[in-house]
Amino acid sequence: MAELLFWPALIAYGEAAVAYAGDARHPGSLGRLATWGVRIGWLVQTALLVVQASRADGFPWDTWAGSLNLFVWLVVGAYLIWGCKPRYRLLGLVVMPLAALLLAISYAAGGAAATGHSGYSTIFLIVHVGLVLAGFAGLTLASALAALYLWEERLLKRHSPRVLKFRAPSLATLDRLVGRTVAVALPLLTLGMAAGFARLRGKSDLDPLIGLTVLAWSVYGAFLVLRYGVGWRGRRAAYTALIGFVLVIALHLGLPTSHFA
Amino acid sequence: MNVVVVGTSHRLAPVGVREKIALDLGAAAELARRLADGGEAVCLSTCNRTELYLAHPDPDEAEQRAGAALAEGEIELYRLRGEAAALHLFRVAAGLDSLVPGEGEILGQVRAAYESGTCGPVLDRLFRQALHAGKKVRTETAISESPSSISSAAAALAQQVFGDLEGCRVLLVGAGEVSELAARSLVKRGASISAVTSRTQNRADELAVPRDVDPAVAELDGCYLYDIDDLQAVVSESLSGRWREAARAETIVAQEAERFRQWQASLDVVPAIASLRRRAESIRAGELAKAEGRLGGLSESERRTVESVTTQIVNKLLHVPIVRLKEAAATEGAGYVETARDLFGLGEEERATQDRKQGQ
Repeated sequence: MAELLFWPALIAYGEAAVAYAGDARHPGSLGRLATWGVRIGWLVQTALLVVQASRADGFPWDTWAGSLNLFVWLVVGAYLIWGCKPRYRLLGLVVMPLAALLLAISYAAGGAAATGHSGYSTIFLIVHVGLVLAGFAGLTLASALAALYLWEERLLKRHSPRVLKFRAPSLATLDRLVGRTVAVALPLLTLGMAAGFARLRGKSDLDPLIGLTVLAWSVYGAFLVLRYGVGWRGRRAAYTALIGFVLVIALHLGLPTSHFA
Repeated sequence: MNVVVVGTSHRLAPVGVREKIALDLGAAAELARRLADGGEAVCLSTCNRTELYLAHPDPDEAEQRAGAALAEGEIELYRLRGEAAALHLFRVAAGLDSLVPGEGEILGQVRAAYESGTCGPVLDRLFRQALHAGKKVRTETAISESPSSISSAAAALAQQVFGDLEGCRVLLVGAGEVSELAARSLVKRGASISAVTSRTQNRADELAVPRDVDPAVAELDGCYLYDIDDLQAVVSESLSGRWREAARAETIVAQEAERFRQWQASLDVVPAIASLRRRAESIRAGELAKAEGRLGGLSESERRTVESVTTQIVNKLLHVPIVRLKEAAATEGAGYVETARDLFGLGEEERATQDRKQGQ
C-alpha cells in the first residue's frame, strides 16, 4: 500500500519540477500544471504518511530515511503556502527538484515502509523529530527564497533584458520573506533541539549530527542578529541563509545513521 | 441581421489621413445614431482607427451608407461582414490589431464606443462579447504585463527591486521629457515624486547621452543602474514577449468569435421554432375542437386534464426536434433550418395567406 502511494507522490513531484522548469522558459499553463502536481503529490504523500502511522507501532519516522520522508512532506507543505501564487512559482524551480530527489533517496533507504517499535517514547519523538524537521523545512524554504533572490539580483545587475519576463517577486519582498521565514523556523528548531538535549540530561553520547545541528543553529542565529540587529540586507543576508542551508543538507545526507542508531 | 464593419486604421492609412475622419465621442455617438436609422450602429474612433459597425438586414446597403459617411473614394477603407467583422472587433478589443500588441487603452475606447452607440440585440451582444474577449486575453495571457516604453520599463524595474511602490517617495534626477514620462509611470504604480532635481539650470535627463551617472555606480551593493540602451533592450524583449503571447491570444479570440457565430446562427432558427410551435398548437387545438361533440360529457376538471395531457404530448414530441434544430443551426447553418421548414411544412400557411391577399 505504502509503495502504491510512494510512486504517485514521486511522479507528481517530478512532474511539478519539470513543469516549473518549462514555466520559467514559457510562462503560462505549465505553471498551473506544476502547481497541481505539487498539490496532488503532497496529498498523496500525506496519505502515505497516514498509512505509515497507522501501521507502525509508535512514531513511524524515527529512522533517518523515515525522517527524510517527513521532512520532504513538511518542506512541500510549507512551500504550498506560497507556491500557489503565480509570483512564487519560480520558487518551485528550487524546491520541487530537491523534494523529488530527497523523497527518492528516502524511499531507496526504506523511508516509505512501516517501522517497528522505537526505543523512544512517541511523545518525545513527535516533539523532538517533528519540531526539528519543521524547523529544517522552514530553513530549506528560506534558502530557496534566498537562492531566488540571488538569481534575480544577478539578472538585474547584469541588465538582463529578460528580468521582467519571469514575473518573479520583487527583491525587497524576497529579502523580507527570507528574514521572516528564518525567524519562524529557528524557534521551532530551538524547541526541537531543547527537547533532545533535555532527554540527554547531561549524558555524554553526543554525536556529530548534534554538533552539526548546533552549528547550523548558530549560523541562522547569527543571520537573525545580523539582519535585524546590524541591518544586513540583500546579497549578504541571502548568502548567510545559503551557508546555513549547506549545513542543513549535510545534516540530512552526510550523517545519516549515527544519530538514529 | 448582418454585421458589417467599414473603416480604416494605422495599417491602411497614415496619420494625416486618419485625422481627417477621426471623431470625438459626441460626434461618434451622433454619427452612430444617424447611421442606425431604425437598425443598429456603433462608431469606434481612436487615434489609430475609425470604424463603423452596423447590424442591418441588407449588408450591401449598410456598407454603402457607412462608406459614404467615411468619405469613401477619398480614403481607402476596409469592409468586413459577418464572422470576419466579429472576429475583427474581438481582435481590436484584445489589442491584437494595435501598434503595440495588448495595449490597454483600446479596451476602454471600445467600451466607450459601445456605450455611446445605438445598439440593439446584435451589436449589444457583439460588443459585450468583445469586451469579455479583451478582458479574457489580458487575464489569461501575459500580453499586457510587460512594459512597452522606456519610461514604463524604468518604472517596472524599480518595482522589481523595491516591490510595491505605493507610498515610496522618489527623487527624480533630470527634468526632461523622458523624466516626465518616467514620473508618470512611477506615479501610476503608486509612487510619489518627492523632488525633481537637475544637474544644470538647463533641463537635463538622467537617461541622457552622454551619461550623467558614472557606470561604476552599478558595482555598488544594492545599486541598479540602467542606461538608455539597457532600458531599450528590456523594452525590445518585452515587445517580443508580447508578440509571443499574441499567438495564444489569437486562439482565445477565435473561440470567442466562434461563440458569437453560434449565437447568431441560433437566431436564424428562432422563427422556425416559433412557427413549428404555432403549427403544433393549431393542430392540437383543431383536433380537440373536432372531438368537442364526443367530449361534451366531460366535467370542467376532466376537460382541463385532457388539455394538459395533449399539450404535454405536443411539447414532448417537439422537444427533441427543437433541441436538434438549435444545435444544427450553430454547426450546420441555415440549410438545416430550411430542411426542417420543408419537412414540417412551416410557413406554408403564411405564404398561402399572403398569396390570397395578393390575389384579392
